[in-house]
Amino acid sequence: MSDHELRVSKIKSGTVIDHIPGGQALNVLAILGIDGSTGEAVSVGMNVPSDRLGRKDIVKVESRELSQDEVDVISLIAPMASINIIRDYEVQRKHRVERPNSVQGVLECPNPSCITNEREPVKTRFTVLDDAVRCDYCETIVRDNIAEHISDD
Amino acid sequence: MWTDQLVSAKQLSRADIDAVLDHAAEIDENPAAFADRHTDKLLALLFYEPSTRTRLSFETAMKRLGGDVIDMGSVEASSVKKGETLADTVRVIEGYADGIVLRHPSQGSATMAAEYVDVPLVNAGDGAGQHPTQTLLDLYTIRKNVGFDDLTVGIMGDLKYGRTVHSLANALTQVDASQHFISPDSLKLPRRVRYDLHEAGANVKEHTELDEILPSLDVLYVTRIQRERFPDESEYRAVAGQYQIDAELLEAASDDLIVMHPLPRVDEIAADVDGTDFANYFEQAHNGIPVRMALLDMMLDNE
Ligand SMILES: [Zn+2]
Repeated sequence: MSDHELRVSKIKSGTVIDHIPGGQALNVLAILGIDGSTGEAVSVGMNVPSDRLGRKDIVKVESRELSQDEVDVISLIAPMASINIIRDYEVQRKHRVERPNSVQGVLECPNPSCITNEREPVKTRFTVLDDAVRCDYCETIVRDNIAEHISDD
Repeated sequence: MWTDQLVSAKQLSRADIDAVLDHAAEIDENPAAFADRHTDKLLALLFYEPSTRTRLSFETAMKRLGGDVIDMGSVEASSVKKGETLADTVRVIEGYADGIVLRHPSQGSATMAAEYVDVPLVNAGDGAGQHPTQTLLDLYTIRKNVGFDDLTVGIMGDLKYGRTVHSLANALTQVDASQHFISPDSLKLPRRVRYDLHEAGANVKEHTELDEILPSLDVLYVTRIQRERFPDESEYRAVAGQYQIDAELLEAASDDLIVMHPLPRVDEIAADVDGTDFANYFEQAHNGIPVRMALLDMMLDNE
């Protein structure tokens, strides 16, 4: 076990999200809807030295596996992240996130004049570009702070 | 396929553009030959914001094809006021009419509406988004007067909020035009339009002054700078004055230049331009009828 891994305690079962860019861990928690009130045991390592990223964040969530939607949105703010499924202290499965072509119903459009912000029965849908996402309805491009646009519900 | 639902100028390939414009030219030549084309068809005009000109243009086009229109009347008097969603309204109207023309203040409204109905649907303007039929009549006017070969177009005014500009810029990439955008810094093209132009490999330059490029233009497309975009009147006046043209200024232009404007204009084109050979904006507006007839004819036939 390397010195770096010691900084965040091991979990029995759940998910470890590693190689998150430094400073994005709290946004990852926001994507997962974790604010501490639901009782899950969560450990967060921030600005841990990393060969690949310089500084990285790590999030470990006890007793929880992620949905594909959650992984898709995490990939937008942490394109190099790896998802490790832990059972009985062992890594059962480890995979890199993949950026989806499109994300549906998870981001809100920042354009107040967009039809998705009206009282219409329409889910938001964003096409994923190289370094941004783009609303399929009003075509607004969101490049910075994507995590700020995650839907509350 | 755009012949079902035209929501954005971006849907139109060069071949699509040529097909609509060729058909419009055919109709322009002999409108009487098309007078009975759609005698059994009804077109619904759903205008969620006032636009007498565009509404009348579609109504005229449909009636000249022998068809008829239904109209929801003013938004204030309709079920919209009672809180019915656009998604519900278009699904109801789909059962009444053979096609829908939609004008709505929200960007993306036509894209959404098209997901709910199977009848032909035309976007007649969605907020600051798109206005593809305006683009087709603009292209028709350009092709008729100066052609698409080696074309250089200047687009001046409010490039940030002007949906006619956004649609036109998308379409001009299809005919490989050189595009010059002239505006105050605060009203430059939005990021999403620049992105599309960049992706399309368009030949684009941006300017704050007209003089430097005026002599090289075949087309000068002028749009209105809207007073309500500015926090105070003096700021508006300082900017707006720089983007007005008159006959004297056009002395520096090529003799073959055409001046276009989606209308209505306020004071961005002085009245003394009207009498010159440059003035093309009224002809441009008239071209809306054959172009919309061509479009409706193709869409309703395709059903
Ligand atoms: Zn949007």
